[in-house]
Amino acid sequence: MLDNFIAPYESTATQRLKDAGFVTLGKTNLDEFAMGSSTETSYYGATRNPWNTDAVPGGSSGGSAVAVAAGMAPAALGTDTGGSIRQPAAFCGITGLKPTYGRVSRWGMVAFGSSLDQGGPMTQTAEDAAMIMNTIAGFDPRDSTSMDQPTVDYTATLDQPLNGLKIGLPKEYFGEALDDGIRQAIMEAVKQFESLGATVKEISLPRTELSIPAYYIIAPAEASTNLSRFDGVKFGYRCDNPTDLMDMYTRTRSEGFGAEVKRRIMVGTYALSAGYYDAYYRKAQQLRRLIKQDFQAALADVDVIMGPATPSTAWNIGEKTQDPVAMYMEDIYTLSVNLAGLPGMSIPCGFKDGMPVGLQVIGNYFDEARLLNIGHQFQRATDWHSRKPNV
Amino acid sequence: MSLDRSQVETVAKLARLKVEDQELDNYVNSLNSILDLADQLQAVDTEGVEPLANPLDATARLRPDTVTETNQREKLQKNAPQAEAGLFLVPKVID
Amino acid sequence: MQWETVIGLEVHVQLSTNTKIFSGSSTAFGAEPNTQANAVDLGLPGVLPVFNEGALKKAVAFGLAIDADIGKRSFFERKNYFYPDLPKGYQTTQLEAPIVGPGHVDILLDDGETKRVRIHHAHLEEDAGKSLHEDFHGMSGIDLNRAGTPLIEIVTEPDMRSSAEAVAFAKKLHTIVTAIGICDGDMSQGSMRFDVNVSIRPKGSDTLGTRTETKNLNSFRFMEEAIKLEVERQIDVLEDGGEIIQETRLYNGDTKTARSMRSKEEANDYRYFPCPDLLPVVIDDDYINSIRSTLPELPDAKIERFIDSYGLTQYDASVLSATAAMADYFEQTTKICGDAKLAANWCMGELSKFLNQQEIDIADCPISPNDLGQLLARIKDDTISGKIAKTVFQAMTNGEGSADEIIDAKGLKQVTDTGAIEAMVDEVIAANQGQFEELKSGKDKLIGFFVGQVMKASKGQANPGQVNKILKQKMQD
Repeated sequence: MLDNFIAPYESTATQRLKDAGFVTLGKTNLDEFAMGSSTETSYYGATRNPWNTDAVPGGSSGGSAVAVAAGMAPAALGTDTGGSIRQPAAFCGITGLKPTYGRVSRWGMVAFGSSLDQGGPMTQTAEDAAMIMNTIAGFDPRDSTSMDQPTVDYTATLDQPLNGLKIGLPKEYFGEALDDGIRQAIMEAVKQFESLGATVKEISLPRTELSIPAYYIIAPAEASTNLSRFDGVKFGYRCDNPTDLMDMYTRTRSEGFGAEVKRRIMVGTYALSAGYYDAYYRKAQQLRRLIKQDFQAALADVDVIMGPATPSTAWNIGEKTQDPVAMYMEDIYTLSVNLAGLPGMSIPCGFKDGMPVGLQVIGNYFDEARLLNIGHQFQRATDWHSRKPNV
Repeated sequence: MSLDRSQVETVAKLARLKVEDQELDNYVNSLNSILDLADQLQAVDTEGVEPLANPLDATARLRPDTVTETNQREKLQKNAPQAEAGLFLVPKVID
Repeated sequence: MQWETVIGLEVHVQLSTNTKIFSGSSTAFGAEPNTQANAVDLGLPGVLPVFNEGALKKAVAFGLAIDADIGKRSFFERKNYFYPDLPKGYQTTQLEAPIVGPGHVDILLDDGETKRVRIHHAHLEEDAGKSLHEDFHGMSGIDLNRAGTPLIEIVTEPDMRSSAEAVAFAKKLHTIVTAIGICDGDMSQGSMRFDVNVSIRPKGSDTLGTRTETKNLNSFRFMEEAIKLEVERQIDVLEDGGEIIQETRLYNGDTKTARSMRSKEEANDYRYFPCPDLLPVVIDDDYINSIRSTLPELPDAKIERFIDSYGLTQYDASVLSATAAMADYFEQTTKICGDAKLAANWCMGELSKFLNQQEIDIADCPISPNDLGQLLARIKDDTISGKIAKTVFQAMTNGEGSADEIIDAKGLKQVTDTGAIEAMVDEVIAANQGQFEELKSGKDKLIGFFVGQVMKASKGQANPGQVNKILKQKMQD
């Protein structure tokens, strides 16, 4: 759809990196329009996981994760609508941070779910992520949803000790869906934090499972209209020899979009259509408030929430492409963070059968500095982040 | 709620997507499995809950009414599938 | 059967902001195609809208001018449909929580009665681009300069009962939006466009008939013609035993015909939902009051004042306050000549006739209020008659100088010398001895003939009052 498109403008995030002297090495692969959890739906073909080239790297920002994991680039950017930074970071054994909604400008990022999308760093270490955040975070007058809040120096607090840190473990993140090897790695990591002075308690995020249906209504609904501008008029692909307007629209969009994108446009269109809006979209947005309230209640009690980033490690290419719902279920631990707009980070914390496991750390609004501090302290005490795949 | 073939066709038309006959059943099945998932929402009591459109419940910031843009037509139309005399061309528009 | 017409209007008013509603592109009219359409206006991937404070201020000002509730928390929604002049595939508009809530506009009817038209609401939205149908190898050209121009769409209740009422309402609305400076009011540039919803029902019925919507009428005249035509059509259909189909229609002002719009007929499902790229617009009483304090005198208040302080009729006051420019012109002219009624008559008469004939705006009128006031002052002080004044006015429009200069140069000063007039009267009597005898014997209507003859002899410069007086003396002699 955008094969030949040359953006006549620069995104705020990349512009800020350029201005700070960062050099762009290249663009990386991702699921088409960021819709996927495996980087298999790309127009340019599937990306492979450097830890096992038969496995997916996760998605949608799979290309960025692989570039960093395989040492092709020290840092990459990703966008995260439902886990697209944290899940590939977990699958590829790197650090990925999804900031608070509104912390990093969305200007110049192709919109997927506008109220969920957030760009963030994918790096080898939390320290590197803090340096990228220092550059890309901050208010942008071109993005109405960008928050006019002062930024902090994210590197300044990296060395703070974790004494007295209160960690909550949501019991819903450790249910039957969770792979035992991952459970083991996460609990080891939690022990590590206890040895660093943190205290741990069980908490509850009762609507975790409902975040899947809520997300898979809201994100496709927003996407379905965000993608209406891909109509073959002003930019991008247009079908050959359209016979009339209707033919131009339908063929351009049917030929230009891949199957998963079309499926989500269809779901979103239906969810917004007359007679179903209240039952689907509005209901999902109501549930979203309840999910946010669950997090707020939990975060009144603990400083951060920890759990697995994913229920399983990277699966094999092709394994889940026929069953979209099975793929959606893999996002269970990441979606609710986007629905609530909170910051979330995945850091490597072990391996299961040779594949990386990611620990997810969820913080309060605009508390990215604390997440990075936690990540840095963990990475000083462990070496999971410095293990490299054989490539 | 579940969708039948003709509803899927209606939705496709609204979205300006063409679903070939051989794809139709596939679409019906996968959309229905997604909607089955979504139907879990119906069991939740959301009476009186204000929908959350923006996660931070933020409100609008306004832009001063000052012209900041200059003519970029040439640059912007480089990406156009078909343009002539400064116009984007499309198949004839019939009111 | 006696039918009653029921009309509701949707009026699109372009707000006269410098920039578009969600981008910093200029809204100036008449630029080369697509030179005022930036990445946001084109809806390129990854771009984002930011709301223009100028558009908010103007929308709130409108709400205050029609005594409406102002939405303290309004938000934008996306109205989804595909059309080439709609770059994003949705129009950003307001449905659930518009900026302006219920209000009203009072109009003056021909019978002198005042009628209140209720406004259901007015919402902010972005304008679409334009499709140009000139032939480009059988294709249409799309110009997106207009895309994103801020509009308020004003939606009335179905309160109007004739095309005349609808036009009176439309004109009053034009007066309001130009008076408060939120719209330039230039209909030829599409600054105000009307969609008319028309239905008919048997007189006395209180249920509404099926309505049709005739879209995009851009002049008062077209609106009036389109309504009349549609009412006739609906009566014909119903009286022939047919049924009115709810549809969108298009009126062609050149051929004076209308037709159904096929392309809009397919079932639309606009899938409205709150735009996630824009946040709710929240304003408080202080903000609203700050805008209230900037409002100029509103048209209704002006009409009242013209009646009270100048003794004008309701009709004259309404006509003169139809535009702020005319109202100001009238007031300044009055100040110079000291006679409001005279100034009113001239502004509505000779001056308006001249402006219409020349098709010029009052702002570009070569005769200033000061010029006109001095001319009228010469009527007041009997230097010239009203009739001669028209000749002087004509000369003034040709740039021949000020009123006094023209009166002097052409020797148009009224003859008030009793002796001179008496001499002329005597001459006329002498030439028409027979008629004069008839006049004296009671054929009163001949007086007009004699006055006329004397005026003719004086080339219009004799004071008609004096001529009359002298003639009457002669009859008694």
